[in-house]
Amino acid sequence: MKQKIYFDYAATTPIDSRVVKAMEPFFNKKFGNASSLHSFGNETKKVLEKNRNIIAKTINAKESEIIFTSSATESNNTALKGVAFANKGKHILVSSVEHDCVLNSAKWLKAKGYDVELLSVDKYGMVNPKEVERKIRKDTILVSVMHVNNEVGTIEPISEIGSICRKNNVYFHTDASQSFGKIPINVVDMNIDLLTASSQKIYGPKGAAILFIRNGVKIEPLLHGGGQEMNMRSSTENIPAIVGFGKATELCLAEMKKENKRLTKLRDRIIKTILKKIDNSYLNGHPKERISNNVNIRFSFIEGESILFMLDSFGVGISTASACSSPKLEPSHVLSAMGLKHEEAHGSIRISIGRMTKDKDVDYLLNVLPKAIEKIRLISPHKK
Amino acid sequence: MIYSKEVLKHFKSPHNYGKIENPDGLGVVGNMACGDEMFIYLKIKGDVIKSIKFETFGCVAAIATSSVVTDLVKGKTIKEALEVTKQDVINALGVLPPIKIHCSVLAIDALNEAIYNYYEKNGIIIPKEIEEKHKQIIKRKSCHS
Repeated sequence: MKQKIYFDYAATTPIDSRVVKAMEPFFNKKFGNASSLHSFGNETKKVLEKNRNIIAKTINAKESEIIFTSSATESNNTALKGVAFANKGKHILVSSVEHDCVLNSAKWLKAKGYDVELLSVDKYGMVNPKEVERKIRKDTILVSVMHVNNEVGTIEPISEIGSICRKNNVYFHTDASQSFGKIPINVVDMNIDLLTASSQKIYGPKGAAILFIRNGVKIEPLLHGGGQEMNMRSSTENIPAIVGFGKATELCLAEMKKENKRLTKLRDRIIKTILKKIDNSYLNGHPKERISNNVNIRFSFIEGESILFMLDSFGVGISTASACSSPKLEPSHVLSAMGLKHEEAHGSIRISIGRMTKDKDVDYLLNVLPKAIEKIRLISPHKK
Repeated sequence: MIYSKEVLKHFKSPHNYGKIENPDGLGVVGNMACGDEMFIYLKIKGDVIKSIKFETFGCVAAIATSSVVTDLVKGKTIKEALEVTKQDVINALGVLPPIKIHCSVLAIDALNEAIYNYYEKNGIIIPKEIEEKHKQIIKRKSCHS
């Protein structure tokens, strides 16, 4: 049988079998609506609050500060629009390397009359806290900078940005979709006012995420209805997914240190071997301030989508943010913001590893990748 | 992106790729900044395309359309080659995702440019249609239009 190996953990993760097991009773045995007053409802209400507690503890938040949502996209939309609607002031600062759900929410607010400004990044994709400080104005209501970039894995200096925001009485939101469960987060120490985290990036099910909202932060809900989630997010709670998210969080926390060490080793082996074995290949993103599961490499003379499909034919699943793979036919906004020329951005791929990645999987990747690159370079008019 | 079997077949084992030294005609279209660039090389004997090769920087569809266009015109007369349309390229591949249609245009353009270059090099009077198409191709500035 042909090998099929997944190297796209930054896109989504398989659900850990221990998580599946934890979820199982909540599909058809313990199915009550957590808002119902009878014992069926009480049973799931308790479970809901238990999982809220698990997640709150993970980031040093209070239970009353965690609301469950359906996705990181929803959490990010709620953070940006909710804060914009609830506060006086029109100025919002957003990094130029945010996920589309932050950037497009900001863009939408801009079209509604808000003054949205983008923060630049250096060649590694890192935001400069000093620029945040310089750009904050009297009417600034929110700064949003992600914890870890989803494309290049750069860890942003959110502690510094948090303290600058706190000092200036500006709310600070961070999208921690790529970091939650992987590296420690402490919302108190880091001066974070709002934080997004997602279940499907940490071996939990799709359909569950959180928005941490520090007590006292003024924010409007996007969904109105039965008043669930402290009136911040009406909808019947998705108990099976929330249970899965809670279990996935517990597992990540318990295994974080060990897993980080293991993944960092694998990541560095991948980077080192590629740069050594394949001519004209370059690392995108920060060499050190980098999440343990992300590799992003640029290959000269060829285009990312063709690399992806060539690797796919070898049974390896990676991702690319090349223009040709996007409906807009534009290269990655992250790589462009880092100063890469279009033709450089086109040849970049992301390899992301995770819990199920074994040494032998990496061996296989490092064996087939040079072949795939060579095959496509043979066809290119720009090969050396 | 969902590609047809035929597209993936041409992508994985492209036909007629490589370079022809001292070609009778060379067509170059697109550019790397746009994400697609195609070179088509021709060897012509009499008025027949004796040999054709391509080199492409680009996505799966760009490589597959390049490969198919070389298949479609190899051994044909120049007149026959000029009658090949983007639809012929698409039909030969089964189907192309809508956002990849421009790749079939690029392949036809590269062929036109190679023939134009052959005419020009050999002092052959360039038919009006080829001249017009050539002008349009070199005028095109934005990507994928």
